[in-house]
Amino acid sequence: MAELHVELVAADRKVWSGEATIVVARTTDGDTGIQPGHTPVLGVLESGPVTIRQADGTTIVAAVHGGFISFANNELSLLAEIVELADEIDVARAERALERAGAEKDAAAERRADTRLRAAGVGH
Amino acid sequence: MGAQLRVYRRRIRSVSATKKITRAQELIAASRIVKAQQRVAAAKPYADELTRAVSAVATFSNAKHPLTEANPGATRAAVLLVTSDRGFAGAYNSSAIKAAEQLVELLRAEGKEVERFVIGNKGIGYNRFRGRELAGEWNGFSDNPQYSDAKKVAGALIDAFVLPTADGGVDEIHIVSTEFESMLTQNAVAKRVLPLVVEDTDEEPTGGAFPLYEFEPSAAGVLDALLPRYVESRIYNALLQSAASEHAARRKAMKSATENAEDLIRTLTRLANNARQAEITNEISEIVGGADALADATAGSE
Repeated sequence: MAELHVELVAADRKVWSGEATIVVARTTDGDTGIQPGHTPVLGVLESGPVTIRQADGTTIVAAVHGGFISFANNELSLLAEIVELADEIDVARAERALERAGAEKDAAAERRADTRLRAAGVGH
Repeated sequence: MGAQLRVYRRRIRSVSATKKITRAQELIAASRIVKAQQRVAAAKPYADELTRAVSAVATFSNAKHPLTEANPGATRAAVLLVTSDRGFAGAYNSSAIKAAEQLVELLRAEGKEVERFVIGNKGIGYNRFRGRELAGEWNGFSDNPQYSDAKKVAGALIDAFVLPTADGGVDEIHIVSTEFESMLTQNAVAKRVLPLVVEDTDEEPTGGAFPLYEFEPSAAGVLDALLPRYVESRIYNALLQSAASEHAARRKAMKSATENAEDLIRTLTRLANNARQAEITNEISEIVGGADALADATAGSE
């Protein structure tokens, strides 16, 4: 099966890179799935989980806070200030942060915590 | 012990204490350079990808964006100066400050008013001593900058940029920082961040020519979201490079201070030995003189 090369890059480190068969991310226009051979695209991402499915069936989920997606020549880059892989996320901490942000009406913090929880598969 | 010798010994002790301090500073700085360099390298993929994306949008869209269009009638410019919080780093701060002063002179000669933004206690102190008004000042992170620090600074600069000139906004943003070239060479450089410097070149951009992108939601929308991130990333890069340069400059300054202390100790030890020997010679000649006089006196009485 054809594969595309994915680079998942945060502001201060490269989080993940490898081959994938499909990558699903949420842009401002809605969810986009990108497979090999997709037309070149450059889009703005919404905060949310990004799903990378590899040829052997394993999936990698990452929480992306804002950022960009760019695809050309079978190379996909996902750029964001903060990128966290799902298994790096501390669910209990994110839940506490969500509660606190809700109580303090801090919309940005609430969205961040919610994004983390959705990526970690807890869902709200 | 003679007065002379005592003075030398005291100076040797104090120089040795200084040497220990400078040696420790040198080792600390040396260990931090490596870490700082790694952070510069780790931030590179993001900066590269972002630059590429900005170039792609700027190349293909005819979107007129205030952040990309050079304003020929620019009247106000912002200069961001990156210095360190602590001294003991040789010419690091003074060359950055000098580069900033030159840029300010140049901008003034072009008839522009200059707003100063300063990072680091040394730069803040320099300007405050001269009674200058600073549009923004930050400190406390010069030796280990985080992305959130860059974001804070970029936020203030972008706010000033977006504000209409008549209300105190600026038309241009320049950064003066120190580029880390190698362990031995760091250069203070001034760069214009906004409006973007458009280069007409026949060279292919890194990674091949740009394909015809589809923009989501639109070229202008992408550019709107990209440019603030781009400015943040430029500032983050400047901060990281400056931090690495600061450590390298400090290591070099402390190394030569340690060497100077060693030289001084060597010279002082020679002088102290000399003084001790002189004292001993003096004592011997006194004893011999005394014995002679005694012998003469007893010889006379017999």
